[in-house]
Amino acid sequence: MKLPKARAAKRRRMAVLLLAMIGLGTAAALTLTAFDDHLVFFRTPTDVATHQAPVDRQMRIGGLVEEGSLERVTGSTEVRFRVTDLEHAVPVVYRGVLPDLFREGQGVVANGKLASDGVFTASEVLARHDENYMPPEVAEALKRSGRWQHTEPPGAKN
Amino acid sequence: MNWHRFASPSNFKRLSARIFPWAAGGAALCLGCGLYQALLVSPPDYQQGQSVRIMYIHVPAAWMAMFVYANLALAGAATLVWRHPLAEVAGRAMAPIGAAFTFLCLATGSLWGKPMWGTWWEWDARLTSVLILFFVYLAYMALNNAFDDATRGARASAVLALVGAVNLPIIKFSVDWWNTLHQPASVMRLDGPAIHPSMLWPLLAMGVGYTLLFVVLALVRIQAELIERRLGALVQARLSAEPAA
Amino acid sequence: MSDYFAMGGYAVYVWTSYALTAVVLIGLGISSWRRLRGLEADLAAFEREDAP
Repeated sequence: MKLPKARAAKRRRMAVLLLAMIGLGTAAALTLTAFDDHLVFFRTPTDVATHQAPVDRQMRIGGLVEEGSLERVTGSTEVRFRVTDLEHAVPVVYRGVLPDLFREGQGVVANGKLASDGVFTASEVLARHDENYMPPEVAEALKRSGRWQHTEPPGAKN
Repeated sequence: MNWHRFASPSNFKRLSARIFPWAAGGAALCLGCGLYQALLVSPPDYQQGQSVRIMYIHVPAAWMAMFVYANLALAGAATLVWRHPLAEVAGRAMAPIGAAFTFLCLATGSLWGKPMWGTWWEWDARLTSVLILFFVYLAYMALNNAFDDATRGARASAVLALVGAVNLPIIKFSVDWWNTLHQPASVMRLDGPAIHPSMLWPLLAMGVGYTLLFVVLALVRIQAELIERRLGALVQARLSAEPAA
Repeated sequence: MSDYFAMGGYAVYVWTSYALTAVVLIGLGISSWRRLRGLEADLAAFEREDAP
């Protein structure tokens, strides 16, 4: 049944397919590299400090809520905190509801505008959690024994 | 090895009949244990509290969305290179299963994102690439059905499945290549899972359960497609045998 | 008991997720099974008709 011709045709189709997949993969990789800047969900405080982030234009900044920086303005929903990537920090002002995961030392992404005085006015604040999951008792035990690893700021290119 | 021997409909039916009870029993067992653990035994998360229980159905759905697609792409390659009729049928049978898992991944992710992140949806690289995967599944099904001739439909959609396979590494590594709202991988990472065993085991049980459920659904759907093809051929044969009135 | 179903305040999100998953997966299972049964019956009928 199996003619050598049919086998050759199969081999040819396989070669074409492999070549096409390699070409496609390369094209996709090149495209993604070219659009790298647009695929980033948020800017970091270091981007802001080095003037790589736009001023007075809608954008997102992400990092950790700096420990001890959270202030609630009494009598309003306004909150002030600093977003840090442990190198630089950006002060943020926000008026509205915060997500349940929002807390000091945790990941955060704020959407808003950076003023020329360096203060970021957020219109939306999202919480970002890290990849660790554990029961509360385990987290407590780790903290007590001093083996707690500090949350790393998101978006740090390693 | 002569693959065509395994691929004949009657052999497939026999093989399927042998696998089916094991896959179905295993799926029931894993999903039963997994759900019991996920809902009743596993602890709340130190940050996310009880909402972490959504993980046990969200993460396996995401795994299956990608695993089924990988199978779809392999079936596509077999369709184009070996012109294998069983591969044509398998692709057509698997696509709706993959689409269902992808839909569940997106929907449960949204229901988890609202209370935790504070948003139902954001256009970050992970969420967007999974949404694209869902649309590729839908396009695959549409293209597969767009031709009168089943083989032509299968070949056209096989090309689409292979082109769409570029999306799989993008989905997997989106959280590492770009900064995203979605956190990086917790289970499939180089330095071991970042999930406490009391949560990891139920998650893995659900993962195995979902995989076996996929096997069960695929076997049923492939058999249905094989019968439909046979019926089509029989109808054709009868039509051509009857003298034109 | 009602404490359990409240899911620490996340009841809506948790139970909606589980219900949706159950509906979609069970629905897919039932529809796939029914289609197979229907086609098997069609084929049997066709072959009976075809037999002399």
